[in-house]
Amino acid sequence: MKFTRLLTGAVLALGLAGTAIAEEKTKVGFIYVGPIGDGGYTYEHNQGRLAVEEHFGDKVETIYQESVPEGADAERAITQMALSGADIIFTTSFGFMDSTVNVAAKFPDVKFEHATGYKRADNLATYSARFYEGRSVLGVLAGRLTKTNKIGYIGSFPIPEVIRGINAAYIQAKRVNPDIEFNIIWAYTWFDPAKEADAATALIEQGNDVILQHTDSTAPSAAAKTKGDIITFGQASDMAEYKPAPRVSSIIDNWGPYYIERVGAVMDGTWESQDTWAGIDDGMVVIGEITDRVPAEVKEEALALRDAIASGEQHPFTGPLNKQDGSVWLEEGQHADDDTLLGMNFYVEGIKGTIPQ
Amino acid sequence: MRPQPSRMWVYLTPLMAVVITMIAGGVLFAALGKDPIEAIATIFWEPLFGEFAFYYRPQLLVKAAPLVLIAIGLSLGFRAGIWNIGAEGQYILGAICGAGVALAAYPSQSALIFPAMIVAGAFGGWAWGMIPALLRVKFGTNEILVSLMLVYVAEQLLAAMSLGLMRNPEGHGFPGSRNLQHYEAAHNADLITGSGLHWGVAAALIAVIFAYILLNRHILGYHIRLTGQAPRAARFAGVRPNRLILFCLGISGALAGLAGMFEVAGPSGQVSIDFNVGYGFTAIIVAFLGRLHPVGIMLAGLLMALTYIGGEIAQSNLQLPAAAIQLFQGMLLFFLLAVDVLVQFRLRLKRTEVA
Repeated sequence: MKFTRLLTGAVLALGLAGTAIAEEKTKVGFIYVGPIGDGGYTYEHNQGRLAVEEHFGDKVETIYQESVPEGADAERAITQMALSGADIIFTTSFGFMDSTVNVAAKFPDVKFEHATGYKRADNLATYSARFYEGRSVLGVLAGRLTKTNKIGYIGSFPIPEVIRGINAAYIQAKRVNPDIEFNIIWAYTWFDPAKEADAATALIEQGNDVILQHTDSTAPSAAAKTKGDIITFGQASDMAEYKPAPRVSSIIDNWGPYYIERVGAVMDGTWESQDTWAGIDDGMVVIGEITDRVPAEVKEEALALRDAIASGEQHPFTGPLNKQDGSVWLEEGQHADDDTLLGMNFYVEGIKGTIPQ
Repeated sequence: MRPQPSRMWVYLTPLMAVVITMIAGGVLFAALGKDPIEAIATIFWEPLFGEFAFYYRPQLLVKAAPLVLIAIGLSLGFRAGIWNIGAEGQYILGAICGAGVALAAYPSQSALIFPAMIVAGAFGGWAWGMIPALLRVKFGTNEILVSLMLVYVAEQLLAAMSLGLMRNPEGHGFPGSRNLQHYEAAHNADLITGSGLHWGVAAALIAVIFAYILLNRHILGYHIRLTGQAPRAARFAGVRPNRLILFCLGISGALAGLAGMFEVAGPSGQVSIDFNVGYGFTAIIVAFLGRLHPVGIMLAGLLMALTYIGGEIAQSNLQLPAAAIQLFQGMLLFFLLAVDVLVQFRLRLKRTEVA
């Protein structure tokens, strides 16, 4: 008994798990950074998981683990899923990157997909959404709707993805309303309702009447609701319970179609490691309903930009654009390339403050 | 209080608390629509004897080591009535200082790097612990508040390091340092591959032994115990309270710093914004669950690690919500304290009956 267990152990450790356990159902694992009830980022990933279940029915079994801390604990959680016979595992936060890489190396027959990271392997793909395309659209709304010309922005961590979002929103807000200024608070969390509410309250008390957020809870909207005529946006999820105001629109991450496609590829045996970065045109980024709180012509303007981005007519980062220090970034008509966007660590000209270093 | 029965209860209450937690947890899991027996069995049985125990058993050591190391340090102070609540901050500083040495030396492969990191890690935690200690000694500030507040300062410092000074120059602008797991001279690897036995585990064991000797065989340990039980008597016995404060906060800081350093160089691998996951706070539970006794702490640390790892398995296999697992762990301390109160209450009652 003990010897066989040891043997199984050795076999599994060698990464033959996939072949050793012949299962009819395809087992799909998800590692979440927040609770599935966060109403935001993790909630949407979980919706994607449910979409997979609905689409494949009896042919799949999905498992998930929520609120997994980034770091050493994540590695164990992912390993555990691989051990329990998962065929494909989605790790849905940037902070799971190194852990996913480590586990993927130990289980060559299990497929791994890491969201928002940049490290890949033969059995490790990456995927992300061009959230910044949605930020451009929200930027238009923010610039048009502010009365105090002060727009608050709750940042999570000063990583390229978040900085890209700030820049994208700022460029459009500034275009439609040259008098605006952005005030950015870093919350250093993806999900912490108390901290997010504090940040929103502080921004509102400083006179910001539009709040953008790159954190995942509805707390900023809840805080705004008690503070009078403040505008907020749903982040990652629609956050529809705060319609029609303060939440006037949202960026929705729509992972379902991608998850279905990739799980299907595992079933067909056509899965390959790749890097996906999809936006509005692929339906991975969706602009949530723009409510009646927004004047009709402003709504039209925002939707026009959305469609222009989707059709490729307009790139959110189109020159002439300067960096914050005044140096030229993009010449007239030039578009930002993906490499620069992926590593973006500077503000565009006009944004005040410095990125925490 | 009479020594004989109370001593028996002192050892029994943690076990009782565990049993009551299992029952209450079972009710909780049943209320969530899960099979309570299966859930409890998953948490306590699966990691030790389940199908994949070969993987989980080493993980128990990895998880328990920082808890035990920190809790041992805390227990010394707690025994003397010196309340270091900020081990989490000292843990972070230990990691920053330890990793700092490694990153500064990169890519040298000198054999001195790892020992230097150990010294730096202990120093970082010690220095962070000295702040509340000195403030208490010089100005009479409350070390509970100061040490707790310093956790938040340490977290900011950690974020600043991950984003600035220690950021991986090859990391595409993303926060977080180089991964020390890929830097051989600095890597706190398993001493035997796959065993989970890294230097932090060894350090935790050594700390348990030293704390045991200190408390039972050394005059300093006697002073610590005496100060906790009878501060006035301690003063008559020649204890200098200020020196004791400096010692207790210093040693608990240093041990927490060591734990942080072993973690950052091993299981975690890098200085990142989310590096700390609450070991410093959980260690407080471990210290009390272990009755502030070194051997007890070792067992409590392993038990806590078991609930962590078993809890993760239960989450993944039974789809229990993460919050239910956290609640389950919280119950452990709650019931321990509750049972304590009840035990003391009953003892008193008996005495009045006799009288």
